[in-house]
Amino acid sequence: MFLFLQEATPDTSGYMIAGYAVAFIVMSLYVYSLYVRNRNLRQDLAALEEMDKPAPPLPAPTSQSKPSKPKARKKPKPVTKKVRK
Amino acid sequence: MQPRPVSLKILDIFSVVMLGVAAYFALVKAPTELVMGAVQRVFYFHIGTAWTALLGFLFASVLSVLYLVTKDLKWDRYQVAAIEVSLVFFLITIALGSIWARPAWNTWWTWDPRLTTAAVTELVYIAYFMLRQGLDDPDRRARFGAVYALLGGISAPITFFAIRLYRTIHPVVIAGSNPEAQGGFSMTPSMLTAMFVALFAFTVIFIDLYWNRIRLGNLQDQVEQLKLKVTM
Repeated sequence: MFLFLQEATPDTSGYMIAGYAVAFIVMSLYVYSLYVRNRNLRQDLAALEEMDKPAPPLPAPTSQSKPSKPKARKKPKPVTKKVRK
Repeated sequence: MQPRPVSLKILDIFSVVMLGVAAYFALVKAPTELVMGAVQRVFYFHIGTAWTALLGFLFASVLSVLYLVTKDLKWDRYQVAAIEVSLVFFLITIALGSIWARPAWNTWWTWDPRLTTAAVTELVYIAYFMLRQGLDDPDRRARFGAVYALLGGISAPITFFAIRLYRTIHPVVIAGSNPEAQGGFSMTPSMLTAMFVALFAFTVIFIDLYWNRIRLGNLQDQVEQLKLKVTM
């Protein structure tokens, strides 16, 4: 009956936007932290698994095989200065 | 590391969809409250996150008992996951409540029984993680954590019932009324629908995040085991 006497509804939309922004930002940050921690742990796991692998066996030395000779290096040319006559 | 199950992928997508649906109901479908205006719409996310967070803290207490009885570290990982997700949700609850309080009570914060118990609950569980950080032995960490979470769980029902037991200015919207409340309102059917959609959506999101956090805990455990094996 006296609705016309009531004050107009206040504009509180700024607070509403701030509230929803906070909610979405906090949730997004948490999801991102889960992703980063998961990625880092996977990297750690891969590195540890690599370290934990048994070393591959070395090839057995054969009697016929000869040690390869080191390649002879070419002698460098002596650097001489041309003397102008 | 086990591959990501299809059901979890489906739940991830469903959670995002439900978050969108809850936001749609809260921002579009629910009517604008006449006295407070648009800020009343934060109520739907406020109550959705509060509900799941307080249930999560209580659930963590149950998991503490399971750990103390069985001494299985699996329950410890489940408990940490429940507390971590609940802590994030409760932080959102407190932040939204404070933003709502500014135009409704003309202050960002007041030491009202509900607000005080909520702040204490949040601090209790922040301290829980600090306690765990200080302990290196996994069994000792799990035992101390379980006892702490069990005692900390008492703060959840105290926070919930604070507005029903003490004189407070915090409104009681569901199951009761508070004549001294400032900023209370009566719910219309469309407001009730938006509230139940938000409750359902945040329950789904909580389960999804909880599942993801458990998987992270399992991976952490795997890395710690392998670290011990490599260093020995």
